[in-house]
Amino acid sequence: MAKKKQRFVLEFEKPIVNLEEKIAEMREYALASGLELEDDIKRLEKKASQLRKEIYANLSRWQRVQLARHPQRPYSLDYISRMCSYFEELHGDRRFADDKAIVSGLAKLEEFSIILIGQQKGKDTKENLYRNFGMPHPEGYRKAMRLMELAVKFNKPVVTLIDTPGAFPGIGAEERGQAEAIAYNLFRMARLPVPIINVIIGEGASGGALGIGVGDRILMTENSWYSVISPEGCAAILWRDASHAPEAAEAMKVTAPDLLKLKIIDEIIKEPEGGAHRDYDLAANVVKEAILKHLRELVKIPPKKLIEQRMEKFSKMGAWKE
Amino acid sequence: MDWFKRTKQTLKSVPKTELPDGLWVKCENCGEIIYKKELEKKLYVCPKCDFHFRITSKEYIRILFDEDSFKEINANLMTVDSLNFKDSKPYIDKYMATVKKTGMKEAVVTGTAKLEKHDVVAAIMDFKFLGGSMGSVVGEKVARAIDKALELKVPLLILSSSGGARMHEGILSLMQMAKTSAKLARLAENKIPYISILTNPTTGGTTASYAMLGDIILAEPDALIGFAGPRVIKQTIGQDLPPGFQRSEFVLEHGFLDMIVHRHQLKQRIAGILDFFAHKNPH
Repeated sequence: MAKKKQRFVLEFEKPIVNLEEKIAEMREYALASGLELEDDIKRLEKKASQLRKEIYANLSRWQRVQLARHPQRPYSLDYISRMCSYFEELHGDRRFADDKAIVSGLAKLEEFSIILIGQQKGKDTKENLYRNFGMPHPEGYRKAMRLMELAVKFNKPVVTLIDTPGAFPGIGAEERGQAEAIAYNLFRMARLPVPIINVIIGEGASGGALGIGVGDRILMTENSWYSVISPEGCAAILWRDASHAPEAAEAMKVTAPDLLKLKIIDEIIKEPEGGAHRDYDLAANVVKEAILKHLRELVKIPPKKLIEQRMEKFSKMGAWKE
Repeated sequence: MDWFKRTKQTLKSVPKTELPDGLWVKCENCGEIIYKKELEKKLYVCPKCDFHFRITSKEYIRILFDEDSFKEINANLMTVDSLNFKDSKPYIDKYMATVKKTGMKEAVVTGTAKLEKHDVVAAIMDFKFLGGSMGSVVGEKVARAIDKALELKVPLLILSSSGGARMHEGILSLMQMAKTSAKLARLAENKIPYISILTNPTTGGTTASYAMLGDIILAEPDALIGFAGPRVIKQTIGQDLPPGFQRSEFVLEHGFLDMIVHRHQLKQRIAGILDFFAHKNPH
């Protein structure tokens, strides 16, 4: 649960949060005054639960995008620390630098030893500057690939956690070949002879997400978004005004249910009621169970067949007629 | 090599996409008035300043391949708007209007051809069709062209001219990057040569997939080549971009191109490369 003192509340969360605060106040009052308020509290709690169900069952695409960007949403390291019994981070691409927007390393997940790669945002301004807001440079993608080659060499499955507002658009990134770094990862990941599971845990913006997003299973937490461009980017181009982002999110069909329907992702991972930011432990546990379920299936498939199936999977994506 | 010296900096992102009607054409770069027939003979390169005019897939086919050798494949693939995408007007209307206007069905033409007698499979993108954007059909046609090259065991050429992935198809467009790259990986395992030709512009998802995956990557002079567009970068970092940023010469200098080739030499240089790969060493 996010810390109470600096809790960030989205517009549509307000009625719920107000009610929850009222309940908490009543509890305190009951305790202090010794009055019997249990019935009233129970009634309000029931109402809160009802309200949560109503609101979260009918989220618009734009509201889900906001949840995906919630400043208290769990990020890769929050998941890693809760899911893994061991994690040793490995740094650097051995070419240019260590990209802090991608964390990657040796991990143990129950019975599996895996290579784990995740995009990492910061929780506050200082941390965000350090993490470059989760926007990797080419060296981030090359570090990820270096670790994937390690996975191949020592026959370890790869798990990637995707959460990025995009690959960084900057001078250095272009000079060092942002496009080439991403393209090469797609090229190599398509044929990597070990199981790969991709989990979108927040934002999946464009090539920046796909750069670590090719695999045998693509899973997505309930309130994540994934598309070819951010809603703001799309709105700025097609509506000539970024404030049309809500419409762009609707038009591009960016949510997990959309992507399941379009046969892009394999599974939606349920989030705690109200979103992953409401309960980190539960959120991480559900993601962990989903990864384990698929890992247990994938490790049984011989590498050659795995690669064939992966090719088949991506070959089918898209819509056309002839 | 005059084109290396050209220092004029433009951030105008969309130069004219088609040659205007009339007998005379004004060079967008140096202002020279050129007789249209003369420009055509010069393969749409300004005789005065070497500016490479943007040309269509049809013209590239004429420039690159032996006469009448290009045989189109998968010509009937057409777009399906599975997202029901709508901005100011429905995507499908925009698409159909473009089909009508251009006489093309999508932003890439694929086929088999001969280049100085070498059999090749080619995919030629066309900027005039929705900015050469890559949606499902472009991805699928490129993927099938790659499979064709594998089937025929002949070299693959892809000429890119594209603003990137097509927003109107959302995630489906993005996945075409993965699809085409996966196919190229299989082609590479089978040791079939792939030559990637970059023209103005090659940006976004196109660059971040097949355009950057050639065994040989060549570009026309002064083409805009990059991942993020210059305007987005400028906005993000809040400072002006260095001269020549993301142009062919800059990309070559940073190590991501094998060569820059003047349009007049394009066919001959590619033929040389194809000769090289086809050559068998004595043993």
